[in-house]
Amino acid sequence: MIELRDIVKKYSLGGEEIRALDRVSLSIEEGEYLSIIGPSGSGKSTLMNIIGLLDLPDSGSYLLDGREVTHYSQRQLARLRSEHIGFIFQGFNLLSRLSALENVELPLIYQKVGPAERRRRAEAALEQVGLGGRLRHKPSELSGGQQQRVAIARALAARPQLILADEPTGNLDSHTGQDLMALFRQLNDSGKTILIITHDAGVAAQARRSLRIVDGRISSEGGAV
Amino acid sequence: MQSFSMALKSIAGNRMRSFLTMLGIIIGVLAIVVLVAIAQGSSDYVTGSIESLGTNMFSVMVRPRRENPLTLSKLDDLAAEPSIARVAPTLSSSGTLKAGLTQYEDGSLLATTPAYPEIRGWTLRSGRFLTQPDIDNRSFVAVLGQEAATELFGTLNAIGQSFSYQGYSFTVVGVLDEIGTSLLGSGDNVVVIPFTLGERILKSPGISNFYVSAQDPDHVTEAEQSIKDFLDRQFSGGAAGDSSAYNVYNQASVLDTLQQATGTLTMMLAGIAAIALLVGGIGIMNIMLVSVSERTREIGIRKAIGATRGRILSQFLIEALVLSVIGGLIGLLLSAVILYVLEPLLSISLSVSPQVALIAVGFSVFIGVVFGLYPASKASKLRPIEALRHE
Ligand SMILES: Nc1ncnc2c1ncn2[C@@H]1O[C@H](COP(=O)(O)OP(=O)(O)OP(=O)(O)O)[C@@H](O)[C@H]1O
Ligand SMILES: [Mg+2]
Repeated sequence: MIELRDIVKKYSLGGEEIRALDRVSLSIEEGEYLSIIGPSGSGKSTLMNIIGLLDLPDSGSYLLDGREVTHYSQRQLARLRSEHIGFIFQGFNLLSRLSALENVELPLIYQKVGPAERRRRAEAALEQVGLGGRLRHKPSELSGGQQQRVAIARALAARPQLILADEPTGNLDSHTGQDLMALFRQLNDSGKTILIITHDAGVAAQARRSLRIVDGRISSEGGAV
Repeated sequence: MQSFSMALKSIAGNRMRSFLTMLGIIIGVLAIVVLVAIAQGSSDYVTGSIESLGTNMFSVMVRPRRENPLTLSKLDDLAAEPSIARVAPTLSSSGTLKAGLTQYEDGSLLATTPAYPEIRGWTLRSGRFLTQPDIDNRSFVAVLGQEAATELFGTLNAIGQSFSYQGYSFTVVGVLDEIGTSLLGSGDNVVVIPFTLGERILKSPGISNFYVSAQDPDHVTEAEQSIKDFLDRQFSGGAAGDSSAYNVYNQASVLDTLQQATGTLTMMLAGIAAIALLVGGIGIMNIMLVSVSERTREIGIRKAIGATRGRILSQFLIEALVLSVIGGLIGLLLSAVILYVLEPLLSISLSVSPQVALIAVGFSVFIGVVFGLYPASKASKLRPIEALRHE
């Protein structure tokens, strides 16, 4: 499904060049459940942004379902994001002026889902993450873990084939974290492709395959658990 | 449709920003509509008061010269011309009038003939106006304006009373209806006496000023020609006219001049209004730029979860349109209220003209949309990740 080859992403800060990703090659099969683990600053989020089509690499190729997407227009990329990818950001990225329900409905609006259906699916997604009683709350009226779960519900409601989760358990207690991991496994069982990023070895181990990234390079490949 | 409900949510979600944006528009519309209405109202007032003098009236001034050929009977010849209705010579002066112990210093002495009130459209409240015998006999009679009558005689009936001027004693034979102030000055302090008597006591023989009225407003041009022909005949024995000997003023030409002047005033106020609108626009831009970092993040999030640039722009466009149209309408409503309150204070009639309202609202909507769309257009060009990182 995803084929990355020699992906390089550089940042230059005051003349100094940082290679956040240094010739990363990686392939993800449809229906896979993959985790990427690495220390802080190793390039995990950068990689995730490129896989999620939020950013473009400086060089290298990215084949999504066999199509080279590095030359796609912004419009085509927006469409791919809307239809194929559910993104759970490390910093949640909820719209602060909208309620939990409205936030979850947002990707469905861009998919042109009708109002009734949209509402039903958004409510179901929030129910799924245990926030059925918090539909009208604004992000500022929710705890960090609850905001995290709204972000997860937003990714689920869009029913993407690929779910990308950047530190999804970072703000959750171990119990809720376990619930979420169970949810991911269940989604994976139903055929979704899941990629989670974490620095928690315990979380990484629950994926069927695990990669380690250090200083912008994939350093080792773990097996299925 | 969904962009529409999203825009409404966004407006309701940030009331302060929405209010400040609308405020800019409201101020702009208010400034334009109110200032233009005031300019228009005063222009109409000026025009109206000139028209009330009668546009079919001429005043003629003759240059002082050694030998003045004009006489009362010559003016009668002019009055006989078919396009001309009435002719009346005038001679004015000022001075103190006394009635018993009362002194009246603001009087305006006007010596003329019986035709004069018709030319000016004056009417009598009581008594009579000057008559031909008064002129022929140089009678010491006078017709008083409202103010002159009350100043001299208070609440007493002025008819039959007498007053003195420069040692001459006059009998009041008539009192005029209220004339009001016009551009030719206050009319109610007038003290009208026979022309022939005026020539003598003011020691100013001869006719150097006279008023003419045309038969009707449609024959003003012919009347003017008749007057000029007549004067040319008088001043150079029928040969080519020595037009420097006299001046003929038509109220219509005075009207033109004044309309040009009030036109300038209107333009000036419109200029001020445009500046106010610009200031309102800068206010809007300011708010938009202040909110740009929040909005850039918002746009980043929307793009990350699948919005295209078009969807984002249409949401922001609708948002700007709704805000500026509502702002424009509030501005119009407030303008109407302000004009309603101002009208009695300024005692001119003030109204919102549809064209001005349209221009004002149109222009402010334009400004609102341009400045509202600017940050959205910029931010929606960014890659989602760049927009998301924006602080
Ligand atoms: N916009 C940027 N400008 C400059 N450098 C950046 C930028 N974004 C990331 N980097 C650098 O790239 C490297 C990788 O960053 P990245 O965010 O991918 O780390 P990470 O693995 O997600 O870390 P964490 O676990 O803390 O989230 C870091 O050294 C970081 O400083
Ligand atoms: Mg990260």
